[in-house]
Amino acid sequence: MSATTPERVYAELTKGIWRENPIFVQVLGMCPTLAVTNSVMNAIAMGVATFFVLVGSSLLVSLLRRLIPREVRISTYIIIIATFVTLADSALEALVPAVHKELGAFIALIVVNCLILGRQEAFASRNPPLLALADAIGMGLGFCIALLCLGGTREILGAGSFLGVSLFGPNFEPWVIMVLPPGGFLMLGAVLLLFAVLRQRKRRPKEVGA
Amino acid sequence: MTTGQGRLLLQAAPFLRRGITTPRLMTEVIIGMGPVMLAAMYFFGLSALLVMLAGVAGAVAAEWAFGKARPRGASLRDGSAILTGLVLALTLPPGIPLWMAFLGGAVGLALGKSAMGGLGQNMFNPALVGRAFIQAAFPSVLTTWSAQGNINSFFTIRASNFALPFMHPAADAVATATPLGLMKFERQSTDLLHLLLGNTAGSLGETCALVILICGVIMAIRRVFDWRIPASILLTVAVVSTIVWLVDSSRYPAPWFMLCSGGLLFGAVYMATDPVTSPITPRGAWIFGAGVGVIVVLIRLWGGLPEGVMYAILLMNAATPLIDRVSQPRPFGRGRVAA
Amino acid sequence: MTTPVELTVGGATRSTSSLRLVATLGIAGLCSGFLLSASYQVTKPIIDANKAEQLRQSVFEVVPGSSAVQRLVYRDGSLTPIGEMEKTALPVLFAAYDDAGAFRGYGIMHQGAGFADQIVLIYGFEPESRRIVGMRVLSSKETPGLGDKIYKSDAFVSNFEDLAAEPSIVVVKDGRDAVNEVDAITGATISSKSVVKIINESVAFWKDKLPAPGSEPPAPRPGEGGQP
Repeated sequence: MSATTPERVYAELTKGIWRENPIFVQVLGMCPTLAVTNSVMNAIAMGVATFFVLVGSSLLVSLLRRLIPREVRISTYIIIIATFVTLADSALEALVPAVHKELGAFIALIVVNCLILGRQEAFASRNPPLLALADAIGMGLGFCIALLCLGGTREILGAGSFLGVSLFGPNFEPWVIMVLPPGGFLMLGAVLLLFAVLRQRKRRPKEVGA
Repeated sequence: MTTGQGRLLLQAAPFLRRGITTPRLMTEVIIGMGPVMLAAMYFFGLSALLVMLAGVAGAVAAEWAFGKARPRGASLRDGSAILTGLVLALTLPPGIPLWMAFLGGAVGLALGKSAMGGLGQNMFNPALVGRAFIQAAFPSVLTTWSAQGNINSFFTIRASNFALPFMHPAADAVATATPLGLMKFERQSTDLLHLLLGNTAGSLGETCALVILICGVIMAIRRVFDWRIPASILLTVAVVSTIVWLVDSSRYPAPWFMLCSGGLLFGAVYMATDPVTSPITPRGAWIFGAGVGVIVVLIRLWGGLPEGVMYAILLMNAATPLIDRVSQPRPFGRGRVAA
Repeated sequence: MTTPVELTVGGATRSTSSLRLVATLGIAGLCSGFLLSASYQVTKPIIDANKAEQLRQSVFEVVPGSSAVQRLVYRDGSLTPIGEMEKTALPVLFAAYDDAGAFRGYGIMHQGAGFADQIVLIYGFEPESRRIVGMRVLSSKETPGLGDKIYKSDAFVSNFEDLAAEPSIVVVKDGRDAVNEVDAITGATISSKSVVKIINESVAFWKDKLPAPGSEPPAPRPGEGGQP
């Protein structure tokens, strides 16, 4: 289970990006996914903050996994995660105040992102640091990519721009709903549908699409 | 259903049947909407026709693409997609870019019907889902009401109809306010006669109260829909708005204005009566209509928007399964089910 | 390293003493607290400076020609300087000065109900002519595409660049033709009226509290009040 071979590290690293993508496949961490993907910039900031918290706490939990008694493991994980979240929160507020204002409480809410606690309980607490690190990086990247997908489509449709750069000129009619909360649900639903169709086609290429 | 020749006929549920099929019903409704469509074209010219075509095209395209029926498009034959597109188009302003009407039809059908499992499974009226989507997506276009043309300008099509896909419509020279908008923001009432004849600004199908009323009565007599639903909606709006009006007639509009303005009549006759998304029991129909009526008055008088028929019907659509459950007739001899 | 790790987590737990549990949590909490207070020490001054700078910039924007600002508090019938980050329950405003230290106008923050949620805005007020000289929305949740034009539409914002505040500001729909009129945004009448109402309220509030024109508090000496 925990032999740290290069192949194993590679497998743990890549699984989160596509095969076990935290958003598109595991459907974890929906709160930030829906709430702050209305622009590419917000998606990047949330993705980076979550990545930082996930990688930091996974590494620490894995290093300390033999020291933490089973009865208090969840509380300890939460302390570790909350520490990293608060660090990320004040760092963002100091470095990019505008983005921090947009994200508001959602940075602090990374604490309760079930993706992070889930990875500690399911992986980091039972695997050596190198594997835990690979897993966290993979999952964090998968999360970032998914947020970028949603943030990109929502900003393009909802504001006609990408990272604030206008794409279609001044005559573009923005789909206001896409930058509002319902747009998050609609877009996520559409993307999950797309993934389900893709996976189904892969499984039985002949039957579908007849 | 009969016990002819003294023999007992055994039959499985459902027992309540009317000799009417889905395509037949859809055709009846579309024909029943004919005069409203003609009135829309009379008041708004060829633009009205184009918007209706775009809405229908969007709905049909989505049914073809996302419908479960195989071969593809077989489910189009029941006419429900066409009806969805038409009803949607009649709730849109005449100057709306055609690509938005198309998008509304497609989203309404895909999201409101196909995603729920097709005709009969949908919780919300698909046309209203499409309307709600474009209202939320393009609020400024959906609140720009171009003035009516007269019969001479029948062939002058509004330039804003031809905005390129994803692009802004050109500014309409003669934008104006709907009677409800005038009431909400200017406290200015509109003449009842104008409301009845349709000589006002508004969505394609909602302006002429008289035509909708006549069509509604005929359809109710032909039992195309359950007459209790529109009756209950209109009655509730009349009662509630009369009470409010009697309390302070200087602040609140008169009940006849509430009844004849906006999309109330159109919604009550053509949208709230959708058999899939409204309750099946008579008692349920009364409850449903009363709910719609109360919400309409609440939104119109105290909400941020001038009109609330769309949201009222959608909200009561959501409550329909619950209403159906509590309004089931009690089997004879059984006690009341403990709450 | 190759022993199944599940054993460590799941197996050897039955006899963990409560002392160890408390100690683990206590140590974790202690480390966390230490780390966080350290990071707070580092980031707090930067965050405060950012906020103060933002506020200063918005005052400069609404009072044309200003380049220095002083926060004033209304206490016992007069305006006295107060630190930029100092908390107070009393009404505050900003006095804006140009390079030469001459008084240019007040920057006044006020908030009120919009179409959706609160609108917080700051406007520039020139007391001698009793005119609004600029307006900026600091935060709002107005409908994107309609109500958000209160800060996105240059046409609407420019209404406030030279606007008589007395007798009161009124919203019109067919173009400005008096010095105290604001042209409403089409389709967002409520948002437009909210902005005007907030400013009217604030102007009325400060009407009797501002010192006579010409007797405003003097500009802070460089390096004293202008910087936190």
